[in-house]
Amino acid sequence: MIVWKKPAAAALLLTLAACAQPAPPATQPAVVDPYANAAGGALYQGDLAGGTLGAEATAQYFNDTVGNTVLFAANQTALTAEARGILARQAQWLNTHTSFNAVVQGHAEETGTREYNLALGARRASAVQEYLIAQGVASERVRTLSFGKERPREVCSDEACYAKNRRAVTVVSPAGAGS
Amino acid sequence: MLRTLTVTLSMAIAAAAWPALPALAQDGPLKIEITDGVTEPMALAIPAFHGDAEVASRIRDVVAADLTGTGLFREIPKDAQVARPGSFGEAIAYEDWRAVSAQALVSAEVTQSGDAISVKFRLYDVYAGQAQGDGMQFDARASDWRRAAHKIADQIYARLTGEQPYFDSRVAFVQETGPKDARIKRIGVMDYDGQNILWMTDSSSLVLAPQFSRDGRRLVYTSFDSGFPQIRVMEVATVASRAMTQDAGSMAFSPRFSPDGRWIVYSREQGGNTDIWLMDAASGAQRPLVQSPAIDTSPSFSPDGQRIVFESDRSGNPQLYIVGVNGGEPTRISFGDGRYGSPTWSPRGDLIAFAKQVGERFHIATMRTDGSGEKTLTESFLDESPTWAPNGRVVMFTRVTPGGNGQPRLHSVDITGRNMRPLSLDFAASDPSWGPLMP
Repeated sequence: MIVWKKPAAAALLLTLAACAQPAPPATQPAVVDPYANAAGGALYQGDLAGGTLGAEATAQYFNDTVGNTVLFAANQTALTAEARGILARQAQWLNTHTSFNAVVQGHAEETGTREYNLALGARRASAVQEYLIAQGVASERVRTLSFGKERPREVCSDEACYAKNRRAVTVVSPAGAGS
Repeated sequence: MLRTLTVTLSMAIAAAAWPALPALAQDGPLKIEITDGVTEPMALAIPAFHGDAEVASRIRDVVAADLTGTGLFREIPKDAQVARPGSFGEAIAYEDWRAVSAQALVSAEVTQSGDAISVKFRLYDVYAGQAQGDGMQFDARASDWRRAAHKIADQIYARLTGEQPYFDSRVAFVQETGPKDARIKRIGVMDYDGQNILWMTDSSSLVLAPQFSRDGRRLVYTSFDSGFPQIRVMEVATVASRAMTQDAGSMAFSPRFSPDGRWIVYSREQGGNTDIWLMDAASGAQRPLVQSPAIDTSPSFSPDGQRIVFESDRSGNPQLYIVGVNGGEPTRISFGDGRYGSPTWSPRGDLIAFAKQVGERFHIATMRTDGSGEKTLTESFLDESPTWAPNGRVVMFTRVTPGGNGQPRLHSVDITGRNMRPLSLDFAASDPSWGPLMP
């Protein structure tokens, strides 16, 4: 089996993170020949219908390499420059892998009431949805959902955790696989 | 697994069979004022009840716990009680009770016959040297002995405070188990004191914030069982529930019944924006009530059903607003520092309780319905989701402790801000909804 080479992906993410300005459309990852290192042939597991070869056409790739999470400032729902860079990559991936749909899950930190945080998470999810649609992703492929403060990623009660919990997570799954 | 609680308590005024009340010996009945902020609780003597010793002892202890739990009363220590009458109905030796500084005396008798119990009680004003109110008798199934005890405590509370009572009532809540980043939640219903817990949902889907109808027969709550937050209504007696909303493109949450139970007011999200809607609880027909580009949520009806208080961040940060049930321009009522949320209208109509965040601290507070008289009752890392006792004199709420092992616990506090205490539960719980006083 062929495995995507992680170091290249990590380097790309670092480059994006260092951009203070809105990131330009992300460059395509270097083409990887899935058979290059395979002795005696490799099993192809990609999604031909999605137009992609190899492991890029997986939720795992989207989560780990494209980046499935964008963060927000306290009580804010505006996308940061860094978030827009990640979302540009998400849109590009979704536009390439049209057999996948997305559910954007909005989240909030634990301070604030349960109801307000549900509404705040919905706004964050919607901000992400709108950005993806503006980048060409068909609107019917992107749904939103808010968990409010019900599903924190980090559990401590200070800003280090809150900063990671104020987030929107794009969850991709093959169309027809349910959401 | 889930059983309904069906109770038939018959209440008989038995005064006719008993000696007539002596003439009033003082200007007015013995009374303690709740709203003054009681600093010196009234001294109550609650000697062992007569009759069947085992059940009489259990009922006596619940009566005592109800009354002393209010902070308004203290119990005369048992070892100071030298003057218990030899039998129920025997003449009271008031001098002996005055000697131990008892202000009021409770005398009762419990008889058990098969599956039935009968409790008679009388309340005496020790200094006036007379009975306070009629004697009463409660008949109940033996399994409902706690309700019989709560009924007696309710009578005593009402006579001594002049307020409507609240002990014979139930509270819906959410039990929380599991780690903080993967909480498992299920809805339960319990007596107001944490006893007789019934589980209303299993743990298979995330559920939030159940709210009782005013008659206590239904719960409305938010469920993620479809994968998206939607509103469900449950019949408490049968535990049967049905989805009231099922539009996957639109979240629905924060529901509450109107006082007459005909309407559900709730938050509906569309395209990221959250507004307040009304739904016909029978037909499911929906219409918008408050629409703005801001977050509008946490609606709660006034007890006359004519107005709704809610939370909105249209001013830039969350504040409280009131709107008529027929719509129109909302009126802002909160103007203090901080972020206001989760308003809930007192069943008496006089006050609105809410959660308020100031800096990094949370408070439960109350204000009059015009926004005046804001009064802070609590302070902690995170206090939220206030709910009113049926008499509008006590607020129950969720207090969350900080940190990775932080847990929510239910607490109650009276409207003077005194007598803050945790509910006695051996698990974490949140989102209380205090139901009505039971008939």
